[in-house]
Amino acid sequence: MTPSAPFVDPWQIHPVQIVEAVPESEGVTTYRLRYCGGGGKADYAFQPGQFNMLYVPGAGEMAISMSGEDRQAEGWLHTVRLAGVVTHAMSRLGVGGVLGMRGPFGKPWPLDNAQGCDVIVVAGGIGLAPLRPALQQLSAQRSAYGRLALLYGARTPSGLLYRNDYATWQDAGWQVELTVDRHEPGWTGRVGVVPQLFDRLRGLNTGRTVVFICGPEVMILFAARAALARGIPPQQIWVSLERHMQCGVGMCGHCQLGPLLLCRDGPVVRYDHAERWLQVEGL
Amino acid sequence: MVDQATADEQYLAKADFQVLLDLLAGEGYEVIGPTLGEGAIVYGPLRSVADLPRGWTDEQEAGHYRLVRRNDEAWFGFVVGPQSWKQYLFPPRTRLLTAKCEHGTWKMQPAEEPVPKYAFLGVRACELAALDVQDRVFMHSAFPDPHYVQRRQQALVIAVNCTQAAPTCFCTSMATGPRCRQGFDLALTELAEGFVLEIGSPRGRELAARLPLAPASEQQCRDAADARAQAEQQITRHLATAGLRELLLSNLNHPHWDEVAARCLSCANCTMVCPTCFCSSVEEVSDLLGEQIARERVWDSCFNPQFSYVHGGLVRHNIRSRYRQWLTHKLATWHDQFGTSGCVGCGRCISWCPVGIDLTQEVAGFRAAADRALFDRRPGAGEHAASVSGQGRGPSGLSASRPFLQQPRGEAGRPLPDEAPELGQSDAPGSESPRSTEGR
Amino acid sequence: MGRPRLAVFKFASCDGCQLTVLSLEDELLQLAEAVDICYFLEASSRMEPGPYDVALVEGSVSTEEDLQRILEIRQNSRYLVTIGACATAGGIQALRNWGDHAEFLRCVYAKPEYIRSLAHSTPIAAHVPVDFELRGCPISKQQLLEVLAALLAGRRPKTPEHAVCLECKRRLAVCVAVARGVPCLGPVTQAGCGALCPAFGRGCYGCFGPAAQPNLAGLTNHLQAAGMAPRRLVSGLRLFNAAAPAFQQESDRLAALEEAER
Repeated sequence: MTPSAPFVDPWQIHPVQIVEAVPESEGVTTYRLRYCGGGGKADYAFQPGQFNMLYVPGAGEMAISMSGEDRQAEGWLHTVRLAGVVTHAMSRLGVGGVLGMRGPFGKPWPLDNAQGCDVIVVAGGIGLAPLRPALQQLSAQRSAYGRLALLYGARTPSGLLYRNDYATWQDAGWQVELTVDRHEPGWTGRVGVVPQLFDRLRGLNTGRTVVFICGPEVMILFAARAALARGIPPQQIWVSLERHMQCGVGMCGHCQLGPLLLCRDGPVVRYDHAERWLQVEGL
Repeated sequence: MVDQATADEQYLAKADFQVLLDLLAGEGYEVIGPTLGEGAIVYGPLRSVADLPRGWTDEQEAGHYRLVRRNDEAWFGFVVGPQSWKQYLFPPRTRLLTAKCEHGTWKMQPAEEPVPKYAFLGVRACELAALDVQDRVFMHSAFPDPHYVQRRQQALVIAVNCTQAAPTCFCTSMATGPRCRQGFDLALTELAEGFVLEIGSPRGRELAARLPLAPASEQQCRDAADARAQAEQQITRHLATAGLRELLLSNLNHPHWDEVAARCLSCANCTMVCPTCFCSSVEEVSDLLGEQIARERVWDSCFNPQFSYVHGGLVRHNIRSRYRQWLTHKLATWHDQFGTSGCVGCGRCISWCPVGIDLTQEVAGFRAAADRALFDRRPGAGEHAASVSGQGRGPSGLSASRPFLQQPRGEAGRPLPDEAPELGQSDAPGSESPRSTEGR
Repeated sequence: MGRPRLAVFKFASCDGCQLTVLSLEDELLQLAEAVDICYFLEASSRMEPGPYDVALVEGSVSTEEDLQRILEIRQNSRYLVTIGACATAGGIQALRNWGDHAEFLRCVYAKPEYIRSLAHSTPIAAHVPVDFELRGCPISKQQLLEVLAALLAGRRPKTPEHAVCLECKRRLAVCVAVARGVPCLGPVTQAGCGALCPAFGRGCYGCFGPAAQPNLAGLTNHLQAAGMAPRRLVSGLRLFNAAAPAFQQESDRLAALEEAER
């Protein structure tokens, strides 16, 4: 009956401070957070794909994936789009503001399992945020992986996130393919939907290719189908899914998708474990 | 099933039962057990054997519960009521955290509330199973819930074997009862003058050593076995569990969900009375100026439309999808998530559904449709089947021509009132006094 | 920046919801400090002109004069919050929507020609845009506090839309419908009252109006099958929130059913 792990109260919220807030695009900001007082939870570490519950007193909590580690390797990043009560409250706090945090929670991208494989990262809009730590780690361990490709799209060119990173990733050996839904002045790149970018990848070694997808649910479905259509088996496709996560640890029932408790069994799940449920309306 | 008396069985006379209650109180336990309240047998503090619903029983059917006088003075001559032990281990409202703004800085403190030390008296076999199910959710997890774990680890469990069953009971289908086999400290079987007592744990053995017990006689053991057998014989409801998970999950778009949705009120009563349902939400309770906040976990339900809110809308935006979520979670995907069914066969969701929806009948309906579809697919059977099932076909090839399950109303042993009272009017003579609400 | 300016207005109503503001007791002084109560005739004769940051409006639109006044209040108020069943659904006085208004006047008043009221009682939202509706007859003190706290914090208030049953079972009350056969509107009525009536052994009267996505026919079909005549269901639904769309549609459907059977 006694839990074997050291007893952690998953409900305990720790104060964290916003040390930087960088605007990314219209309504999207990347916050750098650090535990208050520097010490205490200095050992905080997360794996790419996991999420934190961020809390603003009076407004409430929300689940947000980590979008990168801070340059000083102290603290971590969250890219947040203004949407509801909590995100607005967070934006009002600004730099220096203190909020609460629980985490990290959830299953990460299976980067270790992907070693020795080609990796295709597919992202739509703000869906690049939970993949960015994976891109960073794959780049840092470049030699452990085969060919690396990023297929990324947004509604508009100004909606593309982390534009300063693309060159860095290309230098690390990534094939970076971009597209937008709608043209804007100055955009000379592609216009079209993300799954079409699979056409830019020639000579796939499908048996040894792993695909990571995150974005709007419809985009995830079409991107996964594009990968399947090119012969990549469903067991090698991983997707990050979103439902309303509230406890973060699988005991409140909010984030169910069929048999999956997405906060606990996800947010990153193998496509063949999710496909059947994603296709049922209102599940 | 052969129910042999074990060598460990002892006898506690009813005349000595108060000793047990006093002993537990002396040990600092708050003894909780069945008692009369609001026209039902509910759980509440027991100080004396007089608090037990001696001489009362419950009459249950789909959407129907009545307290009825027995023609004997049995102490535990009833089954399960509208409440369950989950309200003590996973209370309807639990404070998780407080936050206070001082000089512009938020201080966050875990809620420090005293952990009650409970002794549960009268836990039935299906309820032992329910405790195990919730243990898996709240305790056997990578992140155990401290509020549950602390209460659970302190709680003493004194089980009582059922000696009768209600028409809503189907524990035998779920392999959870009626015999209490594990998960208790002590287990009792009621006889006319006393209880045959079994020991289920070291803590139970310590307790037993301090009780005025006598070794149970062979006759007492036989009577106890007969009484337990009677409960099993009385169980008439059945839920066929073989292949149930796949049956439900392969019929997620079946038209029968629409038929249930026409009857289901999405009121959440089934999930509230269910001893295993664990869905909750955290509420942010703020003072007027937003300087003092409490975060409180409250019982919630997949039948609450807002429960599936995800930015911009509701995932389960109609009753059909919410009933489907509940039934498939309870009977199918619970296995994936927690390695067990979420149903223990206690029948509460059947009795306490205000419109009498019975999950065993809904499942039987899906099964019958699947069997028909199988028959339809047999070579040469098509023509005949078509004439039976008519024109409509569901997406999975199942017959959609008629709702295959018309809920019998007022037929299944349920007495219809001669004249229903006005909305909002109580028909209870000498209506009970206002209940004290909190703190139970 | 000064304190937010609060005004409380009354239309056709019994004043019970305004009294809920006064019965905040512990929080009332805090409220008086946090906001400038500019207009609240129930509490004070002070009548500051607008504009107001928040207007709480009690009561339904029942006269020509009301029609004009609500337009002015709307123009003068940044946030307009309606409070109570009258303001959100027309109130019990909306029962006249099914009756003969002229006949009522003749029966009740010695000189009906002096009475100028509209033939229908209508909710505020039928005439002007409303920022938030607080249900109930009367409103709940806790929900009112939540609305005020939310407006002070600049966020949208959070009030539940689910059925009364959920909060009934949260307070561990025994279902009166199942345990005693008391007809109860709890399964189709919005929470907020704390399941007051069921906890005292009575069925829910529907004071908080329809819950989100209510299955009215599911409930009335069941009650009819249990022997309840449609006309009695109609009178059960036509009470404090008679003109709330979901209740109105179902009571009209049942009334038509009754008519057809006759």
